[in-house]
Amino acid sequence: MYVAVKGGETAIARSWDLLAARRRGDEAVPELSLAQIRQQLRLAVHRVMQEGSLYDEELAALALKQAAGDAMEAVFLLRAFRTTLPRLATSLPLDTSAMRVARRVSGTFKDVPGGQILGPTADYTQRLLDFSLAEPAATPRCELAEAPLPECLPSVLDLLAAEGLMEADLPPPDDPAPADLTREPLLFPADRPARLQNLARGDEGWLLGLAYSTQRGYAENHPFAGEIRMGEISVMLLPDELGFEIDIGAIVVTECQMINQFAGGPHAPPQFTRGYGLVFGESERKAMSMALVDRSLRAQELGESTGSPAQQAEFALCHSDSVEASGFVQHLKLPHYVDFQAELSLIRTLRAEHDRQQDAPHD
Amino acid sequence: MQSSIRLYEFFLNKTERTQSMDIPTRQRWLGVLANSEAAALQTLLSPHLPPPEHVEWLRQPQTGLVMVEGRTGGAGARFNLGEVAVTRASCRWQDLTGHGWVRGTDPAHAALIAQADALLQAPDRHPALMAAVIEPLADALRARRELASRQAAASKVEFFTMVRGE
Repeated sequence: MYVAVKGGETAIARSWDLLAARRRGDEAVPELSLAQIRQQLRLAVHRVMQEGSLYDEELAALALKQAAGDAMEAVFLLRAFRTTLPRLATSLPLDTSAMRVARRVSGTFKDVPGGQILGPTADYTQRLLDFSLAEPAATPRCELAEAPLPECLPSVLDLLAAEGLMEADLPPPDDPAPADLTREPLLFPADRPARLQNLARGDEGWLLGLAYSTQRGYAENHPFAGEIRMGEISVMLLPDELGFEIDIGAIVVTECQMINQFAGGPHAPPQFTRGYGLVFGESERKAMSMALVDRSLRAQELGESTGSPAQQAEFALCHSDSVEASGFVQHLKLPHYVDFQAELSLIRTLRAEHDRQQDAPHD
Repeated sequence: MQSSIRLYEFFLNKTERTQSMDIPTRQRWLGVLANSEAAALQTLLSPHLPPPEHVEWLRQPQTGLVMVEGRTGGAGARFNLGEVAVTRASCRWQDLTGHGWVRGTDPAHAALIAQADALLQAPDRHPALMAAVIEPLADALRARRELASRQAAASKVEFFTMVRGE
């Protein structure tokens, strides 16, 4: 524990000035605008929205600017800001089948209905540092296909579901409202909706590490990327004062449907099982990691062993939040003077006792 | 305080009011307005706005959060994905009530939508506003989405599995 200390106001005020000056850097260099951050660092903006659990490009860009590019600090700022806003409503569940797709690929079927659409991916770049970007350049012109994509691309997993080889995933009776971790603490056993909310706002690095561990043998996932899609979805709302659904604007999301081998169990035939990832913005790494961890956390439900970290909900979910984690790790910087004095006094006593025993003549 | 009482009275009387426009038509214009740039809306709507003193604000623009839900596997149980910042406003013009809901934190955008919603319900104003405001915005929205879709479609691939010795 740490105890409150007083004083240091002047020093703190000067630290703020230093922080602000370092943020701005050399005044001879033009200052970043939020529009530049939104447009040209969009994936950083997306990550802050994801883990800040608040979709707003302008606020996330501001948080990134204030945090001088420190994504976790920006996430913290956004989380703090959201606590000042009232909750006005809950959306209708997103209909990802109606996504206006910018990218859609499948790792399991080469001929998916509607086709595979690469979109703006870095997958096929050679990761050679492009020195031409060091200088301003004209935007490349993008080719246009004759016709737009179909309005609705069918889900790849529906193909397997139609054959009965994919487990069903339907709303439970009465389609209940999910637990909300922004209002109630995470309790165990956590149901799948609570787990998915935790993962959707969880730290990407943590999820990536856990997901990687499942692939290296610390789970029984046997995954395939059934479908990954990214694009715009309309957020639909049913305001009380209107009494009908309205579209309040679109958001970009990435969805990953993992297909996992399953030999069958006491309650289910051999079939494929699902792992699901859905995140704000463009982030396949996060959506795929989420889907892998979602599946590994279903170990108990599917009668699999539960000995690996990625199969243990308490371990995986209680350490996924970067705001909580960085707060607890970094609180060690705060004054622990009294605590430490007590420890110091104890160690001195023990050491004196130890030294006396060493010095005592042996019989 | 006064405005919240007026809003409450409006809710009480809502069922007695006749719908001046059918719901799908109103849903469409509200969707177009929410998906358009505030600056474009401002430009097109400005010449049609009533004098400010003729507009009573039942709810001044207010920014808050909407929790966005997803479904497990895309179609299963509901779960909370995260929140979006939204701004809403409600106004009365003559005897018509307009509501604006829009993603983002721009109070002016929500206020413009609420006013447009009220005006569009007036049978004598409706055709002109549809032609001057909603249809141009809808065309721009359709064009933007079609461009994005055609760009995506241009990156459609055919993968071939290679057979050894072929």
